[in-house]
Amino acid sequence: MKVLVCISKTPDTTAKIAFTEGNTKFDENGVQWIINPYDEWYSLVRAIELKEKDANVTIHLVTVGAADAEPIIRKALALGGDEAIRVNNSSNDSMVVAQEIAAIAKAGAYDLILTGKETIDYNSASIGSMLCALLDQNYIAAATKLVIEGTKATVTREIDGGEETAETQLPLIVSCQKGMAEQRIPNMRGIMAARTKPLKVVEATIQSATTSIQQFDLPAAKTGVKLIDPAQMDELVRLLKEEAKVI
Amino acid sequence: MVLIYIDQADQEVKKASLEAISYGAALAKQMGTNAEAIILGTVKDDLTQLGKYGVTKVHQLANEGLNHFDARVNATVTAEAIKMAGADVIVFAHNTNGKAIAPAVAVKLNAGIVTGASALPTTDNGFVVTKTVFSGKAFASIKIDTAIKVITINQNSFGALSMEGAATIEPLSLTVPASSIKITALNKVQGEIPLSEATLVVSGGRGLKGPENWGVLLDLAKALGASTACSRPVSDSDWRPHHEHVGQTGYQIAPNLYIAIGISGAIQHLAGVNRSKTIVVINKDPEAPFFKAADYGVVGDAFEVVPALTAAILKSKANA
Repeated sequence: MKVLVCISKTPDTTAKIAFTEGNTKFDENGVQWIINPYDEWYSLVRAIELKEKDANVTIHLVTVGAADAEPIIRKALALGGDEAIRVNNSSNDSMVVAQEIAAIAKAGAYDLILTGKETIDYNSASIGSMLCALLDQNYIAAATKLVIEGTKATVTREIDGGEETAETQLPLIVSCQKGMAEQRIPNMRGIMAARTKPLKVVEATIQSATTSIQQFDLPAAKTGVKLIDPAQMDELVRLLKEEAKVI
Repeated sequence: MVLIYIDQADQEVKKASLEAISYGAALAKQMGTNAEAIILGTVKDDLTQLGKYGVTKVHQLANEGLNHFDARVNATVTAEAIKMAGADVIVFAHNTNGKAIAPAVAVKLNAGIVTGASALPTTDNGFVVTKTVFSGKAFASIKIDTAIKVITINQNSFGALSMEGAATIEPLSLTVPASSIKITALNKVQGEIPLSEATLVVSGGRGLKGPENWGVLLDLAKALGASTACSRPVSDSDWRPHHEHVGQTGYQIAPNLYIAIGISGAIQHLAGVNRSKTIVVINKDPEAPFFKAADYGVVGDAFEVVPALTAAILKSKANA
């Protein structure tokens, strides 16, 4: 079984969010970059678990980004992918990224494509769904569980207010979230092995973006907390009713 | 024309879709056009009532096979229906199903898409949609450069505005591709309002010290009629189920009221809840960073403060 895991580079979860050039660009100054947590903790680790159970599983990683994404993809290889492909396109338009990944997916004839449920920077949650249309394959979004037996996939996905389990046949696209797998830390053997694993660079083929970011804004700061004495809970209830008007 | 996709589950119209209609109707008014809706499958609700939220027409593909959600099938059929109806802007709720199909529909229509919109687009200088990015830590204004545009709207960011009006139902006739996804089990969390739809949320963190202490929080939630949530360490320790985890890597929510009990307010947690309209923080540590993001704060022992708050709410309700 051939598995393609989509990897995105994102700022660390604790990174300070600031903007430059008249609030039109994310300020990368001092930012630590990580593998998007949904891609790493859930998609990639689940793919590795599938490979640990079945030696016939091969895992390819794909990222769409500039050369500065390579440390991230090496870390992903250290966790366990067999080889990686970087498409040299630094667009942040989901449609462009999805089309680049679709081209790689078509050429590689993968049985299973895994993405994170969204990236923690642009939160688009779009790539899996776009691949569904571009490849005309089944797609299950926001999955918390994935079991593969032969060509049969059993997937549990989040629905509003619960979970739903479904069966289908490969090929399949799944976006992954919490529950799918447990976070791992790369070991020394993995880190050493990753240095020699193939990392192929493919030139960008898609240029026509459908969207463009005009401006970033930070949310208005809170005006200051109103402290209530712990013995005055009637007063808090009054404020919530009359001032905030939320209950 | 602005077309709104109506999501359904168990043959009932999702609440998030009513908000999407209100948003779509306001956008249509701004653009000087009309708003219509599309629904796949059969529902128990009276669809003419969707007119109250601002649509004049509901296109319905009343095929029972579509009552089970299949992203590939739904996206294919929705895109075909949109081509027939001739919409300029398509609005989806940014809920589980909306996220699963809106980007696929955008691909099929060669449309640009913005997911997770937090406000109405501006249309005087190009079509610009504001959305939350960096998990709620910032906003981005994004211009869509294509003729057809797709938007998914963040839940609880616009509100469902009920007015007068009735919609007409227009049956759609389209070939529905066979689904190759078979649903084998459905687990609904019984008797609770899903977090994504909750307007009042009570949430607990490590400060509650253990799952056996959740009673005070549950009592408060019950008194308020609120849903319950928790921080990541709490769900990682299995004190509470995963589906209660709010934060950057859990659910991002925007209720009217978020009460945080024993949660210090790490930046990753704030990212999931900072769009809440009103935040109340109860923590014994006056230095907890969450107080900086709060509207109301109580510095005190949760095991004393929370029962007192519950009693005050019950008293207030009894007097109402």
